[in-house]
Amino acid sequence: MSILIYAEHDNKHLKSETHKLVTAATQLGDDIHILVAGLDCAAVAEQAATIAGVKRVMLADNPAYAHQLAENTADLVLDIAEGYTHILAAATTTGKNFMPRVAALLDVVQLSDIIGIESQDTFVRPIYAGNAIATVQSSDAVKVVTVRASAFDAAQEGDSVSVETLATVIENTQVTFESDEMTKSDRPELTAADIVISGGRGMQDGEHFAMLERIADQLGAAVGASRAAVDAGFVPNDMQVGQTGKIVAPQLYIAVGISGAIQHLAGMKDSKVIVAINKDPEAPIFQVADYGLVADLFDALPEIESALGS
Amino acid sequence: MKILVPVKRVIDYNVKVRVKSDQSDVDLTNAKMAMNPFCEIAVEEAVRLKEKGIATEIVAVSIGPKACQEQIRNAMALGADRGIHVECETFPESLQVAKILARLVEQESPGLVIIGKQAIDSDNNQTGQMLAALTKMPQATFASAVEIEGDSLKVTREIDGGLQTLKLSMPAVVSTDLRLNEPRYAKLPDIMKAKRKPLAVMSTDELGVDITPRVTTLKVTPPPARSAGVKVETVAELMAKLREEAKVIS
Repeated sequence: MSILIYAEHDNKHLKSETHKLVTAATQLGDDIHILVAGLDCAAVAEQAATIAGVKRVMLADNPAYAHQLAENTADLVLDIAEGYTHILAAATTTGKNFMPRVAALLDVVQLSDIIGIESQDTFVRPIYAGNAIATVQSSDAVKVVTVRASAFDAAQEGDSVSVETLATVIENTQVTFESDEMTKSDRPELTAADIVISGGRGMQDGEHFAMLERIADQLGAAVGASRAAVDAGFVPNDMQVGQTGKIVAPQLYIAVGISGAIQHLAGMKDSKVIVAINKDPEAPIFQVADYGLVADLFDALPEIESALGS
Repeated sequence: MKILVPVKRVIDYNVKVRVKSDQSDVDLTNAKMAMNPFCEIAVEEAVRLKEKGIATEIVAVSIGPKACQEQIRNAMALGADRGIHVECETFPESLQVAKILARLVEQESPGLVIIGKQAIDSDNNQTGQMLAALTKMPQATFASAVEIEGDSLKVTREIDGGLQTLKLSMPAVVSTDLRLNEPRYAKLPDIMKAKRKPLAVMSTDELGVDITPRVTTLKVTPPPARSAGVKVETVAELMAKLREEAKVIS
């Protein structure tokens, strides 16, 4: 069993998803290879080479892969796909974007967002916004799988392996990168944070998120939001936690002014401890919260802030 | 320019699904069904492009049992000009749906395919990407803004960490994210009019796509239940619990 993992990175740093994918891969076999594709990302490959259990790291460093566009990335993965029984990528926007192309071009079904591995061909994945868990078996020769990283622990660091450079360059001219606009934040990344504090429609406007940010800074937490808060324009969409946003499973999740719609719960109900602060005692969020505080968030948040400060 | 919009019939997003006691599947008996929310956004975007004079014809496609015609009529009430129903007893897998759509793309040669980024039942997020790969069209997934400039397309995508703008040559496949637009409601006269719009029915055999499943569902179970915890009265009590009982903050 040879397993290829597509590394999740931003051209500078390897992201924690990759370590978690290695853990998932060890449940499938021990011949684990990692592909790092990007631009000026040699450092990322070096970081990937130190993950325990990884046998081989391949680096494709070229402007064609700078923004990890689906067309070029999928073709690159296909180019080296031969011999692998499993191809894994994180179920991030990057993985979700290019992996179905890999599957289609290999003429195999993709298994999306798996949260468990039963055997070489049998995987566990949530469906219906996490309201049902399906165990599925694929009869395809190659398993193309996206992995919900939050469902696996990160692999440890180990002895470094050498990095091989791939010379292949595949570039699709039908699509070109124009620009990006990244949200700047000094806080930990939402999907990797140990503590997440999220605001919903109850925050009333974007400026009030500053209250959450101050608490987040005291706790070393990331700030998230419900779809209602994003749709109302309070905060950018990359902060959205839910079925259609990011899936998080931190040690502590604090939901502030969030009712707890199905779509939101799908993104956070695997958190270890859930705290809900809401003035509506009937809000569904209280049905999953370990600790619930029925209070006006505009009273509660300043109190929490001063309690943490003291 | 012609726009092809695939729409899927799924359980209404407000319904809390139940798993069958024999663990074979979720129980959809008598459940309220509707058009997948992301597909509604796709239809809306196509209609807006028609209203701007960019699109000339909108073709709505649905694949699955006969009841899917309800969602095609729904799309036509919202502004699609005609419908194609690819009838089969069950809902095929994403790869098969992509293959069926690829055949329709061959037949219809649309300038643009606008598809929802994921169906809220299978949560796969695959079909658009697979269709693009099979038809060799460029793709722009998770679109939150679409602008047509001559024969190219500028799409802003929602990615982890922010937004990304791509330029694509057409024909192309765009998959919709929630913030692309706010879908309209169908008005009664439009619903009546939609009943008279043409709807072609085809079979998967006619299109030459084998829909034998490749993935077997061994079982479907409810997720581990999370029970309600305790209500605390004050912030002080909450902080004490988090520090001493849950030990999640220091």
